Amino acid sequence: MNSWAVICTITRREIAAYFESPLAYVFLVIYLLLAGVFTFVFGGFFERSEASLGSFFGWMPWLFLFLVPAVGMRLWADERRLGTIELLLTLPVTTAQAILGKFLASWLFLAIALAFTFPVVITVNVLGEPDNGVIACGYLGSLLLAGAYLALSCMTSALARSQVVSFIIAVMLGLILILVGFNPVTDILARWASPAVVEAIAGFSVLTHFDGLQKGVIDTRDVLYFVSLMVFALFTTDVIIRSHRAG
Amino acid sequence: MIKVENLTKVFGAKRAVDDVSFEVSKGEVLGFLGPNGAGKSTTMRMITGFIPPTSGKVSVCGFDMAEDPLPGKRRIGYLPEAAPSYQEMTVRSFLNFAAEIRGLRGDERTRAVWRAVETCSLESVINQSIETLSKGFRHRTCFAQAIIHDPEVLVMDEPTDGLDPNQKHEARTLIRRMGESKAIIFSTHILEEVEAVCTRAIIIDRGRIVANGTPDELKARSETGRLDDFFRAITLSDTAGAANSAKEVA
Repeated sequence: MNSWAVICTITRREIAAYFESPLAYVFLVIYLLLAGVFTFVFGGFFERSEASLGSFFGWMPWLFLFLVPAVGMRLWADERRLGTIELLLTLPVTTAQAILGKFLASWLFLAIALAFTFPVVITVNVLGEPDNGVIACGYLGSLLLAGAYLALSCMTSALARSQVVSFIIAVMLGLILILVGFNPVTDILARWASPAVVEAIAGFSVLTHFDGLQKGVIDTRDVLYFVSLMVFALFTTDVIIRSHRAG
Repeated sequence: MIKVENLTKVFGAKRAVDDVSFEVSKGEVLGFLGPNGAGKSTTMRMITGFIPPTSGKVSVCGFDMAEDPLPGKRRIGYLPEAAPSYQEMTVRSFLNFAAEIRGLRGDERTRAVWRAVETCSLESVINQSIETLSKGFRHRTCFAQAIIHDPEVLVMDEPTDGLDPNQKHEARTLIRRMGESKAIIFSTHILEEVEAVCTRAIIIDRGRIVANGTPDELKARSETGRLDDFFRAITLSDTAGAANSAKEVA
């Protein structure tokens, strides 16, 4: 059986597991509710009088900061707590296949959640004439952002046996990745560091790279940033799981 | 079919498994005995490729489990200790998953699932989610997963633990029957189980093999002719005594 077939089988099982527990529905409702509140109340969607979804995408990094670790925290912590990791990894699958299968399932789940925000796209199209290319680009950015956070959560989930600990570490890591590029923070840094240093540090932030995408600019460097963050975190997950097994 | 050579596993300062070697061929049912913490589960985890050994070698059907684990894993069915399974899944979807990941598709998969369900008498609970099942059914579900691909090698960590006397009897009958065409290793604390099922038994203590023989041979070594007396005699002795008896046996 080839590698993809194995990965797909694991992905299908994981996706089914999400929807068999109430967690998935609770998550979807909370996510959509918060996305709506942030867009229309805090984002000032109507006050802006622009046919754009800037107020919607602008909140994504903050919303995902808490919601993505909630989706990813169970990935490995649960397997270890219930002992099913022993079952999974003695099946004819490699650790990398198992990691990828589980990651893709959660990513797909987040993509579904993101797809359910389609009413804002309809709203903005009814009210005005937005650039739908920019909106598509914003969705691509959000998906990449979710994937990067998710890969980090996957890593912390492999690290901690408890879901709560995994959640907290993932939020902390995500917060660092936001703050190094967050304007109030970079302003403070700029007081005693040269602009080049500040820019280099901000280059590590998800905000810096998400910004271009949500404005409709697909820069290879931004895409590469998110992809390499995912590859790095998933590779680290592999190392962590192997070292657990080695004892 | 299972060949274990000088297998050693060190956890920190503890030698959990210390220079263990044995072989199991087709048609053999090997009983793995020993006190708690003797290294039974660790040995089984190394055989099934879950944890890598510190040193030594395991090969299953001729495939090295450290260098190239996938072919070996395909030929093994494994029932881990405490029979873990995905709680939220139904028995049917869990077994479908197990069959699919072992490369069984379409009709082949359906047949494999039904065969396993019949063998383990799971018909009545097939659409129930695993978390709602009693311990015996949960155990049997995990056992069904282990035999779904009709493996050449079966490794079971305490397969009768938590079963009621009737279920224990059924499980033993099943293991004996399957032992005719497979190589089986199982661990247990119940000594009469060894006499009832095994063609050979290994007693392991503090990571070392202290006895290896047919149940009759082991019984003959005890003054009273009983297996549990022999077990007590060799696993209760001090370290020096254990080392001596290991030499004797070797």
